[in-house]
Amino acid sequence: MKFYVNLILLQLKSQMQYKASFFLTIAGQFLTAFTSFFSISFVFDWVDAVDGFTYGQVLLCFAVVMASFSLGEMVGGGLAVFPRKLGNGEFDRALVRPRSILLQILMPNVDFTRLGLLLQAAVVLFIAVPASGVSWNGKKILLLCLMIFCGSIVFFSLFLLKAACSFFTVENLNCMNIFTYGARQFGRYPFSIYGKGVLTFLTWVVPLALFQYYPLLYLLDREKSEAYIAFPLLSLLFCIPCYCFFCFGRNHYKSTGS
Amino acid sequence: MVEFQHISKTYRVAKRQAGFGNAVRALFSREYEIVHALQDVSFSIGDGEMVGYIGPNGAGKSTTIKIMCGVLTPDSGQCIIDGRVPWKNRVAHVREIGVVFGQRSQLWWDVPVIDSFELIRDMYRLEKPAYTKNLEELTELLDLRELLKTPARNLSLGQRMRCEIAASLLHGPKTLFLDEPTIGLDAVSKIAVRQFIKRLNEEKGTTVILTTHDMQDIEALARRILLIGRGRLLLDGSLEELKRRASGKKRLTLEFSGSVPKLHRGMTLEEAGEERMVIGLDPEVLAVSEAIAYLSAQTELTDVSVSGISTEELVASLYKEYRI
Repeated sequence: MKFYVNLILLQLKSQMQYKASFFLTIAGQFLTAFTSFFSISFVFDWVDAVDGFTYGQVLLCFAVVMASFSLGEMVGGGLAVFPRKLGNGEFDRALVRPRSILLQILMPNVDFTRLGLLLQAAVVLFIAVPASGVSWNGKKILLLCLMIFCGSIVFFSLFLLKAACSFFTVENLNCMNIFTYGARQFGRYPFSIYGKGVLTFLTWVVPLALFQYYPLLYLLDREKSEAYIAFPLLSLLFCIPCYCFFCFGRNHYKSTGS
Repeated sequence: MVEFQHISKTYRVAKRQAGFGNAVRALFSREYEIVHALQDVSFSIGDGEMVGYIGPNGAGKSTTIKIMCGVLTPDSGQCIIDGRVPWKNRVAHVREIGVVFGQRSQLWWDVPVIDSFELIRDMYRLEKPAYTKNLEELTELLDLRELLKTPARNLSLGQRMRCEIAASLLHGPKTLFLDEPTIGLDAVSKIAVRQFIKRLNEEKGTTVILTTHDMQDIEALARRILLIGRGRLLLDGSLEELKRRASGKKRLTLEFSGSVPKLHRGMTLEEAGEERMVIGLDPEVLAVSEAIAYLSAQTELTDVSVSGISTEELVASLYKEYRI
C-alpha cells in the first residue's frame, strides 16, 4: 500500500513542480465546467421543466454525473496515455515488477488537476440539494453518496475498457469517448429525456442510468420502492466485464521491438 | 536453472502496399503476414552461467528475453525458470529476476536516483537491513555515490546505465537479464559495466543472460554463446569453440623495410601498403613459424603480429553461413 501511496505522491509532486500550471489547470477545469452549468440555466430561462424535471432536479442530476465523472477521470483519465505506454515499453517494465499491473499503470497517472471539476460539482451540488425540492432523509443522503461513488466506478470502467481496446488496435479508439466524455455532457439531464431506446441501452448495456436516472426517481419520491437504493450498486457489475476484457487483452499483449 | 523447450511465437502483422489507394483498401480488408519470431527454440542454462545471446536485428532475441521475463506468452512450448512458468506465476517469478532494457529507463525521470531506489525497495517489499547492505555494495562497486542525489534526467547515458543496473539488482535477483546493456556507452562506461557484470557473476553466482551487438561484450563476458537467426536457434557453444570451427585462419601483419616479399603457397594477400602488408595464412599448409622465417629471409621485418579471426568477423561469417 505504501508503495502505491508513494507513486501517487510522486505524481502529485511532479505535477506541483509547475505550480502556475497546476493551479491554472485546476482553475480552468473549474471555469470551463461552468459553461455546461450555464447551458442548463439558459434552457430553464425558457422552460419550467424538461420531461417533468425542474431546474433544481436537473441540477442535482448534473452535479451527480459531474462529480462521478471527475472522480472516475482523476483515476482513470491517465489511461488515456496507456497506448503510449504500450508503445514505449513502460508496460513491459510494469510487467517485470512484482505488483498489480493495473495499479502500477493507474497510480502514477492520477490527475489531480481534475479537482477543479470536482470542486465545480460540489458547488452545483450545494445549490441543487436545497433547490431540487427533495425531502432529504438518511436513506436519501446515503443514496446520493452511492450514486456518486458507483458512478465514478462506472466511468472508471469505461476508461479501462477503452484502454483495453488499445491492446488490439494499438491506436486510440475515439468512438469510446461517446460513453466517457459524451456521457458527461448528455448526463446533465435525466436519461429518460432521450427516449426509451437510449434509456434501455443505458440500463442494460452501459449502465449509466443505473446510478443517475433510476435513483433520481427515488430521490424525487416518484418511485417509492426501496429497491431503487440498490440500483447504483447494480451498476458496479459493469466493472467485471471491463476488467476481464483488460486481462484478456493483457494475455494477447504483443509488446514492441527491442 | 532456465529451461526453454520447443518455444514458438508468431506475430500477425498487417501488410499494406504503398500508396493512398492501398491505404484506403486496407481500411476494409487487411492482409496479414505471419511472422515467426521464434520457431521451436530449445536450450537450457544452468545456475551461475553467463550466456551471450546474439543474432542480427529482428532475429528473435528480444522476444526470447521477454518470454523469459514473463512479458510475453509463447504460442507453444514450455519455459521453466527455477521451477516457475514466467507468464503464469508472474509476481513470484519477477521477484527473483532482474531486468535491464538498455534502451529504456526504469528510473523515475524527475526525481533523484535515490528516491527511485527507495520506491523500488517498497515495490519489492525489501527489509531495511538487506536493502541498505545491497545499496552500499552497489554504490561502492558501480561508483554511484555522486549520482544518487541527481535526478535521472540529468544523468549522462553511462551514469544512467550504472544506476539502471543497480536498480535491477537491489532485490538481489538470482538471474539477471540484460538487453543490450552497453548500447550507446562510451569506452570507459562500457568497461566499467562489463567489469561489474563479470564480478557479479563470479562473486554472487548470478546467472547472467545478455543480448548484445557489441562483440567486445561477448568477448569480455560470455563463456557461452547462443546464436539465433530468423527465429531459430542456430548455434550453442563456447566462443573458442566457435572460433576454431569457423576458421583456423591466421592473419599476419607485417611492417618491413626493403623489398616487398613474395608470397608462399597458403598465403593470401589481404592488404598491401607502403612497407606494410596484411597476409592471410592457412596454418594447415604452412606453419606460422615457417611463414615468418620464409618472409624474413626475403626482407628486413621491423614488426610482425599474428592474430586469429576477430569476433566481429566470426559473427559476420556465421551470419553469412546461415544466411541470416
